[in-house]
Amino acid sequence: MSTNTVTAKILPHPLNAWYVAAWDHEVTRKPMSRRIANRPVALYRTEDGRAVALADACWHRLAPLSQGKVVGKDGLQCPYHGIVYNSAGRCISMPAQETINPSAIVPSFPVVERYRYVWIWMGDPTLADPDLVPDMSQMTSEEWAGDGLTIHADCNYQLILDNLMDLTHEEFVHSSSIGQDELSESDFVVTHEGNRVTVTRWMHNIDAPPFWLKNMRDKFPGFEGKVDRWQIIHFEAPSTIRIDVGVAKAGTGAPQGDRSQGVNGYVMNTITPETDRSSHYFWAFMRNYRLDSQLITTQLRDGVHGVFAEDEAMLQAQQAAIDANPDYQFYNLNIDSGGMWVRRILTAMLEAEGRLVAS
Amino acid sequence: MAVSQTQVWQSATVVEVSEIARDIKRIVFAPELPVKAEPGSHIDLLVQIDGEDVQRSYSVVDSSEDGSRIAISVFKAPLSRGGSEFMHTVSVGDSLRITQPLQNFPLRVGAQKYVLLAGGIGVTAIANMARVLKRLKADYTLVFVGRSREAMAYFAELEAEHGERFQAHIDDEGTSLSVAELLNDVDLNTELYMCGPIRLMDAVRRAWIERELDLPNLRYETFGNSGWYDPEEFIVRVPKLNLEVRVPTDRSMLEALEDAGADMMFDCRKGECGLCEVRITELTGIIDHRDVFYSERQQRLNQKMNCCVSRVVGSADKASEGASAQRAVVTIESS
Repeated sequence: MSTNTVTAKILPHPLNAWYVAAWDHEVTRKPMSRRIANRPVALYRTEDGRAVALADACWHRLAPLSQGKVVGKDGLQCPYHGIVYNSAGRCISMPAQETINPSAIVPSFPVVERYRYVWIWMGDPTLADPDLVPDMSQMTSEEWAGDGLTIHADCNYQLILDNLMDLTHEEFVHSSSIGQDELSESDFVVTHEGNRVTVTRWMHNIDAPPFWLKNMRDKFPGFEGKVDRWQIIHFEAPSTIRIDVGVAKAGTGAPQGDRSQGVNGYVMNTITPETDRSSHYFWAFMRNYRLDSQLITTQLRDGVHGVFAEDEAMLQAQQAAIDANPDYQFYNLNIDSGGMWVRRILTAMLEAEGRLVAS
Repeated sequence: MAVSQTQVWQSATVVEVSEIARDIKRIVFAPELPVKAEPGSHIDLLVQIDGEDVQRSYSVVDSSEDGSRIAISVFKAPLSRGGSEFMHTVSVGDSLRITQPLQNFPLRVGAQKYVLLAGGIGVTAIANMARVLKRLKADYTLVFVGRSREAMAYFAELEAEHGERFQAHIDDEGTSLSVAELLNDVDLNTELYMCGPIRLMDAVRRAWIERELDLPNLRYETFGNSGWYDPEEFIVRVPKLNLEVRVPTDRSMLEALEDAGADMMFDCRKGECGLCEVRITELTGIIDHRDVFYSERQQRLNQKMNCCVSRVVGSADKASEGASAQRAVVTIESS
């Protein structure tokens, strides 16, 4: 493995993996189009509610099927000449002939609906094992409540992974909400096993930044004082990052496992490459207190949305700078340790698929 | 999955040639631009016939994981149009022009039940599918049909690999296939993939329609190179162009008309697309429809034919072969 590959500025994406294609509520009987891993995909639901993903180009003249309509129990009709495909991508109706051309087929991608998302497998369908869907169980667990949105980020997916694996940037990018000096001052620990990487950081006896002070007061009205703050980043290949975050009243035992005097959230992130230079970034913020408060759910969703807009602006600027400076390389720092393990795992997946591209 | 229909030509070196059954050679290539071959894929390659480059298609029997080795198997047809004869002359070290794998016959993952039906050399398209279904622990049956055991390529390997899921029907052992029985176990959730002679495929298709099974679940691939009758020389007349053309056994009607200077429309050259259809105004003989474009109703009408693969024979009775007086004649309107 060459160093050059590990710090590629535009990392290709593994294909033999599950990516989120859409939120479950986005996929309906009205077909929609989304570009995933460089390929346009048409998404719709069958009469019995099953999500389907077909290549968004008719076999005949490549008209976008997503602009057609659903017909029958699982068919999608091309808007141009009326050729109909079933959910397996097979032509079931052909204009002006009594037989069906045996070649008339469009790719149908394996789909799994789980954790409020529709997941898609763009690689070898014979390897599409549903057990490989990354763990996002907080999304549907009864012990957690929350909601999220989608960011369309104009950057290579890997830059978002870098962003989430190293939260020292919070001090500079999110200074008004979650940033504080202690982030870049405190130590962190990186561990890795198989296709997972974990980065753990604790900050003891500090002031809670505005975002966390608000959350503490939602759970402990009138809270004042110091907190112990944690960020435990869980990466699962290829591009899911759940961040266990929270603060607890200082010295009440949170680092030892007793989080009862604190507030706990999970920042759920999963990134789907759209093209080599753009990504669908699906995120949610889940919390484990005051589960019945839709007010808090909405406030947190909108609050995090504002915070993530700051990341989005930075990522877009970073991608533009990368493209504008083709001769410059990345340099790796100690704070990139988590992100570098992510790159190593992705590189191994890409090598296994025979699709490493030097850049 | 990916339906790749773009021909990417490359050179490939022959690294292995072996006779694996009577008149069947296994040929392994080391391609210049390796790509893994998915089940059901084929390659196009250029064969030399009378000093000319002619394109032929062969199913990929197996390939290495990274595609650096890709195997086909070629049956030396007694009435070869020249392609299989040429392929039987290649030897280790030869370099050929071949495409990267092309896919028109993809295996869909996720059916409840599969039947894979291979007739004779058609096993080349089916063997790879069976291997993948086995790996996926799918519910499948592999049915292999042939005239005699020695003429059935990969017989022992497939029997060993698929055990109880393997079923053979061999004419000269008195165990010929009954299509009705084959379809007994088939239901609306079964997908049947077949590759073999047109007679076998037509029989299955007829039974499939009769049983009112879902047509898209019947998957097949044909290269249009087998018919109901052995090829005979025949005459095609095109009054509008003032042409009378002899169609020899090793040329298609389309090729013969092109050779004679007719400006023909065509595309797939394997009886699927219907673009080469010609209207028949007079016929002495029988049309051997080898296409999959027409329905049976349309084939029975005998008003049109797909001249890329379909032929004309003098009589349904083989005994008349050689009786030159019986040579068939078809008169067509050119497009």
